[in-house]
Amino acid sequence: MAYSEKVIDHAENPRNVGTLDKDDPNVGTGLVGAPACGDVMRLQIKVNDDGIIEDAKFKTFGCGSAIASSSLATEWIKGKKLEEAEAIRNVDIVNELNLPPVKIHCSVLAEDAIKSAIADYRAKQAARQAAKANAQ
Amino acid sequence: MAIKLPIFMDYHSTTPVDPRVLEEMLPYFTEKFGNAASRSHSFGWTAEEAVDRARERIAKLINASSEKEIIFTSGATESNNVALKGVAEFYKEKGDHIITSVIEHKAVLDTCKRLEKDGFRVTYLPVDKEGLVDPDDVRKAITDKTILVSIMLANNEIGTVQPIAEIGKITRERGVLFHSDAVQGVGKVPFDVQAMNVDLASITAHKMYGPKGVGALYVRRSKPRVRLVAQMDGGGHERGMRSGTLNVPGIVGFGKAAEIMAQEGKEESARILALRERLREKIMGSLEEVHLNGSLVHRLPGNLNVSFNFVEGEAMMMAIKDVAVSSGSACTSASLEPSYVLRALGVGDELAHSSIRFGLGRYNTEEEVDYVADLVIQKVKHLRDMSPLYEMYKEGIDLKSVQWVAH
Repeated sequence: MAYSEKVIDHAENPRNVGTLDKDDPNVGTGLVGAPACGDVMRLQIKVNDDGIIEDAKFKTFGCGSAIASSSLATEWIKGKKLEEAEAIRNVDIVNELNLPPVKIHCSVLAEDAIKSAIADYRAKQAARQAAKANAQ
Repeated sequence: MAIKLPIFMDYHSTTPVDPRVLEEMLPYFTEKFGNAASRSHSFGWTAEEAVDRARERIAKLINASSEKEIIFTSGATESNNVALKGVAEFYKEKGDHIITSVIEHKAVLDTCKRLEKDGFRVTYLPVDKEGLVDPDDVRKAITDKTILVSIMLANNEIGTVQPIAEIGKITRERGVLFHSDAVQGVGKVPFDVQAMNVDLASITAHKMYGPKGVGALYVRRSKPRVRLVAQMDGGGHERGMRSGTLNVPGIVGFGKAAEIMAQEGKEESARILALRERLREKIMGSLEEVHLNGSLVHRLPGNLNVSFNFVEGEAMMMAIKDVAVSSGSACTSASLEPSYVLRALGVGDELAHSSIRFGLGRYNTEEEVDYVADLVIQKVKHLRDMSPLYEMYKEGIDLKSVQWVAH
């Protein structure tokens, strides 16, 4: 299969590869996919007090398109408000990377990874609020 | 010497034409262009002589007792189709049962599926974790309705070489015909249709440094005489088994390729095996969690199929894009299913997705092997650094215990 230039660029020079401290209350972690399906994405966000994603990191087990989709996702969500990041759709990724139909699931996985990381962050915050309320 | 890129290490998919082969083919495109079926003039005779010489060379390579036992086809897919369908149709009064294995090439498996639709019964024998068929399973599967056993000589993905002689002994004792798809193994591992009691064998030129588009089917003429119904109707070429004007230049090239294999195959296999082992030892000695797929002992000399755990195959191929290899990963197939061969061995889907097949051949050098080994080691490390699975593995998390969200 021939890859688009953008896929090759992201796969060869992935942005924001790495790990954030998953125990940090300001960090949300999304882990989606399954090894048996051939792709697993872990996307992490660090959110500041203004609700802005100040950092994002990923690690992906998967094909070049999966790596490119997650790399692009971290690039896009950095500096965005949670609500803005949540609005990113897989079709945006498909269009940006020119993914062929057979690779659309990679973009779906990236969208799921963003949502999952945000959900994890919110769950942590909610638990923290609840703990605070209990303490008072 | 500087390495010339890209490097071809996908010799199971195809091979370049040997210059000696090409040289012998060329006159048959131009001045010696006759139709081998033209019996009435010298153009035809010249072509027919060349075809017969090729037949002799190919017969010699597999130790057929006569060159008349070689039927030319368009390639191994056609040879497999003619062998299975042709025998099934001819012997259907005698029986309706065929035995094959789950790791055969699709040209055999899909032909078997077609025959099942036509009312034949097919037993698909399992293989062990190294990809080997147990001859005893063949013995047990044979019934009085069995007309044909079809087991490949060597597997195209994992290179496993089957116990053809043992299986041939059983089929001969039981009076059942034995076909072998010998495409990957001929010239590279011992294959002798007489000693091994093979009755039909499919081979192709382009896997042994001959041209694409020409294959052959060995059809035994005595003890037993194998009969089959032609699957293409026409001028009755090739003893009535395969109509169609012969591809004379292709056949000439096939013959020359077979002659070279017969003369140099043994020595070449030893050289290629040494290269394969050099590659395997370098890679497996430098990286953890690399799994060999298939048998180390019963294996094609040029085949190395390994799974790099925690690294997806297509991403790996992209990372080493100047090296032509192949992968059992779903992402490289149109079906999005990982390799059925690896699954049959009991290799988990996650490792099947991580498999890479290196196929070494005639023109690979030690320098290339060293270059590829170093590149592979570097890229696997790089991809593992960005693999969440590798990080989890390093943290001591049992990946099998994780509740994955399958999609």
